[in-house]
Amino acid sequence: MKIAVCVKQVPDTWAEKKLRDDDSTLDREAADGVMNELDEYAVEEALRLAEANGGEVVVVTMGPERAAETVRKALSMGADAGVHLVDDSLHGSDALATSYALAEVLAARNFDLVIFGSESTDARMSVVPAMVAERLGLPQVTFAQKVDVDGSKVAIQRQTEYGYDDVEAELPAVVSVVEKINEPRYPSFKGIMAAKKKPVETLTVADAGLDAAKLGATAAWTKVASFAARPPKAAGTVVTDEGDGGAKIATYLTEQKFV
Amino acid sequence: MTCIERRLPSDEARALLDLTRDMCAQSLAPVVDAAEEKSEFPRDIMNLLGQTGLLSLPYPEQFGGGAQPYEVYLQVLEELSSVWLSVGISVSVHSLACFPVAEFGTDEQRQHWLPMMLAGDTIGAYCLSEPHSGSDASALSTQAAIDVDGFIINGQKAWITHGDLADFYNVMVRTGESGANGISCLLVAAGTPGLSFAPRELKMGAWASPTAGVIFDDVRVGPDHLIGTEDGGFRIAMAALDAGRLGIAACAVGLAQGALDAATTYAQQRRQFGRPIAQFQGLSFMLADMDTAISAARALYLDAARRKDDGVEFGVAAAKAKLFATDTAMKVANDALQVLGGYGYTRDFPLERYFREAKMLQIVEGTNQVQRMVIGRALTDIS
Ligand SMILES: Cc1cc2nc3c(=O)[nH]c(=O)nc-3n(C[C@H](O)[C@H](O)[C@H](O)COP(=O)(O)OP(=O)(O)OC[C@H]3O[C@@H](n4cnc5c(N)ncnc54)[C@H](O)[C@@H]3O)c2cc1C
Ligand SMILES: Cc1cc2nc3c(=O)[nH]c(=O)nc-3n(C[C@H](O)[C@H](O)[C@H](O)COP(=O)(O)OP(=O)(O)OC[C@H]3O[C@@H](n4cnc5c(N)ncnc54)[C@H](O)[C@@H]3O)c2cc1C
Repeated sequence: MKIAVCVKQVPDTWAEKKLRDDDSTLDREAADGVMNELDEYAVEEALRLAEANGGEVVVVTMGPERAAETVRKALSMGADAGVHLVDDSLHGSDALATSYALAEVLAARNFDLVIFGSESTDARMSVVPAMVAERLGLPQVTFAQKVDVDGSKVAIQRQTEYGYDDVEAELPAVVSVVEKINEPRYPSFKGIMAAKKKPVETLTVADAGLDAAKLGATAAWTKVASFAARPPKAAGTVVTDEGDGGAKIATYLTEQKFV
Repeated sequence: MTCIERRLPSDEARALLDLTRDMCAQSLAPVVDAAEEKSEFPRDIMNLLGQTGLLSLPYPEQFGGGAQPYEVYLQVLEELSSVWLSVGISVSVHSLACFPVAEFGTDEQRQHWLPMMLAGDTIGAYCLSEPHSGSDASALSTQAAIDVDGFIINGQKAWITHGDLADFYNVMVRTGESGANGISCLLVAAGTPGLSFAPRELKMGAWASPTAGVIFDDVRVGPDHLIGTEDGGFRIAMAALDAGRLGIAACAVGLAQGALDAATTYAQQRRQFGRPIAQFQGLSFMLADMDTAISAARALYLDAARRKDDGVEFGVAAAKAKLFATDTAMKVANDALQVLGGYGYTRDFPLERYFREAKMLQIVEGTNQVQRMVIGRALTDIS
C-alpha cells in the first residue's frame, strides 16, 4: 500500500503569531517552524497502517525552504520518502491554490491512501483535505478518530458532537484525522540519523507541471485587506474584601449576567 | 529548563538534544512528582527512552548503540536529570552496567550480551558495594567458588540501584587472595536460580530509583560469564567507575540547573517591599554565584569527557568533575531553596526534592572524600 501524508509547517503553537506589514500574509520567519500538531497524528497513523499492512509512507509538503525540517521530522519518525514543493511564487496562496498544488503532486504519484490532519493551527480553515479529495475525484472520509484498512476498503469512525459515525470508502481515498486517533511517537535517535539518507524530492512549480497563474497571492480569490492586533485585556475589576467580599462578587456576577 | 546554549560537535548531536528536551517537557515533567511521591520506578519512561535510543548512546553501532561520544551522551544525561534525577541516575547506571562487557569482553561475549543490553528494553545493575565494604571496595567478600561448570556465587551486595528489577547484573566477586588482586567480574542474568533481593532501602530522596540489596545463594554461572581475566576484575570495576563518575557529574549539573531555573523564575515573580525580589542585590548575587558554579561544573565534566573521547587518561579529571559538580549541586539546591523562602520548604515546589536528591550525589560512585583521595594521590604520588 502506498500512503501519502500531507504535512504543513506552522509557527510554533505557543509563539505569538504575526501578519506581515507588506502583504498581510502570515510572518513565517517570526517564530520557530514546527510540524502542524494534527499532522503528527496523521504521520503516526500512516506509519501504523504501513506497519500493519505493509507499504510505503511518503510525506508531502508545500511550503518555504525551511519546511524541509518538517519533512525531516516525519522521516525521522519513520516515513520512507518526502516530496517538498517549494517556490517563491507559491507565497500567499489561498486554500484553493494550496489544494490545487497538492492535488496535482498527489495525482502524479498514484497513492492508495492520502492522510491529512483535519486542521492547521495557523490558518485553521479545515478545508484542504476536502478540497484535495474533490480535485482528485476521490472519496473523502474525514475527521477520523479510528482508521482501518481492509483489502480495497478503508473504514473510519468519524468523530461527531454526539459520538461517532462509521464511514467506509473504496480505495484510493482521502482521510483526515483528529487528535483522538493515536499518540504520535517520538522520532528515535536512529530514525534521526536514518532520515538524512532518505530520499526527498524537491519540486518547483515548473517541476510539478503546475499552472503558475493559479498560484500565489495574485491568484488568490480572497485577500486580507487590513488587520489589527487584538486590543490588550482591560484592567479588570478589583474587589477589596472588607468582610463583604462574597456579596460584592455575587453582585458583580449578577450585573454581568453570569448568574 | 532554560535552553542551555551548548557547543555540540554535530548536527545529529543537536537533533539528539532537541529530542531529549522534547521528551523531558512532554513525557517526564508531567509525571515526575506523582511517581516520586509514590516511589514508583518509571519503567514506561525507561522503555520510551529505550525506544528512542537513549539507553545505548555511548556504545558501538554494530551492537545496537548510538555511537555517541561521552561529550554528547553526558549532555543528554544532564538534560534528563534537570527534570528527573531518578531517570538520569537510571540511564547512568545502565550505561555503567554495559561498560565491563563492552570494554573488556571478548568478541563472542560482546556479540552475545551487548545486543540484549543495548536493545532499549533491558536495564542493568552494577554490584560492587557490600554491607561491610563501601569506600574500601577491594575488601569485598562475596565469594565465587570455581568448579568445572564455572562459578558458584555466595554473598550479599548492598545499595544496588535497580537491585530487584534489573535484567542483568555485573557482580564483583572474590575468586582469589584478599585485596584488589583477588576480585573477578561476573555477569549474571535476572532469574538465575539462587538470586534474591533484600527489601528496598527507604531513602532520603530519589524515591523513584529503587535501591536494594542483592543476595546470592549458590548462584551458578558458566565460565563464559567471566568478563576479563580471573582475579582481574578490580581494574574493570575501577575503569567502569571512572566513566560512571562522569555520568554522576552530568546528573549533578542537570539537577543544579533545574534548581537554579526554578529559583530564577520565582525571583522574577515574587514581590516583597514593593518590587520583585530579584531586584535585591543580595539575592541576585546568590543567583549569579549559582549560575557561575554550574557553568564551571559543566565545563569540568565536558573537559574530562573530551579527554575520554580522545582516548587519553581521564580518571583524575573525572574525579574532579564528580567532586566539584556534586558539591555544586548540593550548594545550589540549598541556595535555590532559600530563594523561595517558606514556599521552597514545601512540596508544592520542587526545591525540597532537589535538595534531598543532591545529597545522594555526594555519596554514590565514590564519596567525595574518595574523589579527593584519588585527586590527592595523583598530585602527591603518596597513597
Ligand atoms: C491568517 C490567515 C488567514 C487566511 N485566510 C484565508 C482565506 O480567507 N481564504 C483562503 O482561501 N485562504 C486563506 N489563508 C490561506 C490558507 O491558510 C492557505 O491556503 C492554506 O494552505 C490552507 O489552509 P489551512 O492551513 O487552513 O489548512 P487546513 O485545511 O486547516 O489544513 C488541514 C490539513 O491540510 C494539510 N495541509 C494544509 N496546508 C498544507 C500544505 N501547505 N502542505 C501540505 N499539507 C497541507 C495538512 O494535513 C493540514 O492538517 C489564510 C492564511 C492565514 C495564515
Ligand atoms: C542511593 C544510592 C545508590 C547506590 N547505588 C549503588 C550501586 O548501584 N552499586 C553499588 O555498587 N553501590 C551503590 N551505592 C553504594 C555507594 O557507592 C556507597 O554508599 C559509597 O561507595 C560509600 O560507601 P559506604 O556507604 O559504605 O560508606 P563508607 O565507605 O562506610 O564511608 C563512611 C564515611 O567515611 C568516609 N571515608 C571512608 N573512607 C575514607 C577515607 N579513606 N578517607 C576519608 N574518608 C573516608 C566516607 O567518605 C564517608 O563519609 C549506592 C548508594 C546510594 C546511597
